[in-house]
Amino acid sequence: MSTEPKTLFEKVWEQHVVVEPKGEPTVLYIDLQLLHEVTSPQAFEGLRLAGRKVRRTDRCIATVDHNVPTTIEGRLHIVDQIAATQIATLRKNCAEFGIELYDVDSREQGIVHVIGPELGITKPGMTIVCGDSHTSTHGAFGALAFGIGTSEVEHVLATQTLPQSTPKTFRISVEGELPKGVTAKDIILAIIGQIGTDGATGCVVEYAGSAIRALSMEGRMTICNMSIEAGARAGLVAVDETTIEYLRGRAGVPAGDDFEEATARWRSFITDDDAVFDQTVTISAADLVPFVTWGTNPAQVVSLDGVVPNPADFADPDVASTTERSLTYMGLTAGTRIKEIPVDVVFIGSCTNSRIEDLRAAAAVARGHRVAASVRALVVPGSHRVKSQAESEGLDQVFLEAGFEWREPGCSMCLGMNPDQLSPGQRSASTSNRNFEGRQGRGGRTHLVSPVVAAATAILGRFATPDEVSS
Amino acid sequence: MKAVHVIEGRAVPLERADVDTDQIIPSDWLKRVERTGFGRGLFSEWRDDPTFVLNDAQFAGATVLVAGPRFGTGSSREHAVWALMDYGFETVIAPSFGDIFRNNSSKQGLVIAQLSVRDVEELVALIHEDPSRLVVVDVESLQVEVPEAGWLRSFILDPMTRERLLNGWDDIGLTLIHEGEITSFESTSHAPTLTGLFDDAGHVLTR
Ligand code: SF4
Repeated sequence: MSTEPKTLFEKVWEQHVVVEPKGEPTVLYIDLQLLHEVTSPQAFEGLRLAGRKVRRTDRCIATVDHNVPTTIEGRLHIVDQIAATQIATLRKNCAEFGIELYDVDSREQGIVHVIGPELGITKPGMTIVCGDSHTSTHGAFGALAFGIGTSEVEHVLATQTLPQSTPKTFRISVEGELPKGVTAKDIILAIIGQIGTDGATGCVVEYAGSAIRALSMEGRMTICNMSIEAGARAGLVAVDETTIEYLRGRAGVPAGDDFEEATARWRSFITDDDAVFDQTVTISAADLVPFVTWGTNPAQVVSLDGVVPNPADFADPDVASTTERSLTYMGLTAGTRIKEIPVDVVFIGSCTNSRIEDLRAAAAVARGHRVAASVRALVVPGSHRVKSQAESEGLDQVFLEAGFEWREPGCSMCLGMNPDQLSPGQRSASTSNRNFEGRQGRGGRTHLVSPVVAAATAILGRFATPDEVSS
Repeated sequence: MKAVHVIEGRAVPLERADVDTDQIIPSDWLKRVERTGFGRGLFSEWRDDPTFVLNDAQFAGATVLVAGPRFGTGSSREHAVWALMDYGFETVIAPSFGDIFRNNSSKQGLVIAQLSVRDVEELVALIHEDPSRLVVVDVESLQVEVPEAGWLRSFILDPMTRERLLNGWDDIGLTLIHEGEITSFESTSHAPTLTGLFDDAGHVLTR
């Protein structure tokens, strides 16, 4: 064994190398594959056509999230026949191949990246894949987790491995203390705004520094979740006491002496002092503010106190024309103060920000206030467990009394695949992760924000920070 | 996957940067359970606009798509590749690509030819000059050529992807050559599985 200092990524990677054929990508073992209705049907079809089986059904778990309606009525009668077929196809495939499925009516159903961690299925040092780019979320546990395409889903089902070329390593350190009202979401928006949507292409990012250490697991998941928006393959956070305390007592986690034994192993999933990264960046937490995206890619970020940028201010003609196009799509005029822009819809949900901590934070802002008359506001818990936890704390009542809709778990308005969508021209403040054209529905205009900014915005009917609501 | 050696056809310039996979195939198209028929959904939000370049009759039947930087970023949907291929594209030429998109393309035989920003601009200018010009993308020699204009550039492709394209190899078959190694890896791995996690009804057992 070499005693070279290693990064967290290198440790997880090395423990999963099956074989390194000369001149070919490494064959990497995959500990867990998460499946959902949208990116799996063609993979199962491929297996069937080739007469192949699922190699390890005990390393696969499936749920439905993207397509499912988020009202009880809507779930009982799924009107969209194509969506219904996709859900039925997953059901059929799981039964045929012997895979555990959390179906629409299961008390464990939820967004695939919310249920893995909350059930304790996601654990440090694992390799995890899913046919969904936000699989990076699970990296918050010191697991190497990345999104794959449908052919790769099929590949993992058949072989429990993936051919992978070694990515580069990138450490992003966030040092210092976050100002009040600034959240994990603002950290990741700031990072993407700074390094760009291709800033981490080909890399696995490790988030480090005292501001990351100070975050809860929910906050770390929010940050790892949006690694993909910076172009990264995966995001990681080293294991510490916060990780271990989160895992203690969860369903998929061993108990008693086995837990102690497991934690001893988990604690090794950290980056050694003096380990070398291909690239590093340090960001000062004290300089961060609440952020919002103004355009149609997640790097187009501005402070809540800022104004809509002017294409003429960019020297690079490419950036200027992209800015111009984004502003046209977003229906915004350069120079407008962000806090003067009215919104039509507020969406609190998605695998970025639909965990219990997110709902608590949003509820604390909304408590005792009313959603502006011009605004439709939705709160969509990430899973049934989050939903029941929130209900046991009375958060549902806080939201309902304030005029928010309280929904069943799913991806909901994060993407235009289920009944929750923006209409053309509608503007949203959304806690999700993508502000692409049409992402939340054809012609919809998405602004990405944190849960507390979303809640404040719902109440004031225009972009707002929480301090404007409470005072 | 079919073997690919040389692609020869007319090209269409999509002069936009940051064309993400949500634009290539909007999410309402992702509900299908088949691998075919996605061509109609390709860029479907933009195709409603009569001035959109794919609606321009002089580019009909093009097999080469030339695009701006960061093509195919965003969602992991392989449907983006299926849509491009179903529509008739065999190759995409751009200055840079999203990682997962590039990977997905290599599995389906869609050739990803990365050229510099400048070379892409030159190519776009050549296409505008005469849209009937043939563009040749050669996977063997790793070159993009506009023979009629005497324009020739090299592109880089990782050797393994090139081999796979030239031979039409199936990735799963390639990996299963190592089945023995996978089995012996599994016998030594202590990674947790889902065994013992569920009750008979398929619910997670609570502790
Ligand atoms: S919530 Fe959004 S980003 Fe997350 S898995 Fe669902 S659709 Fe994807």
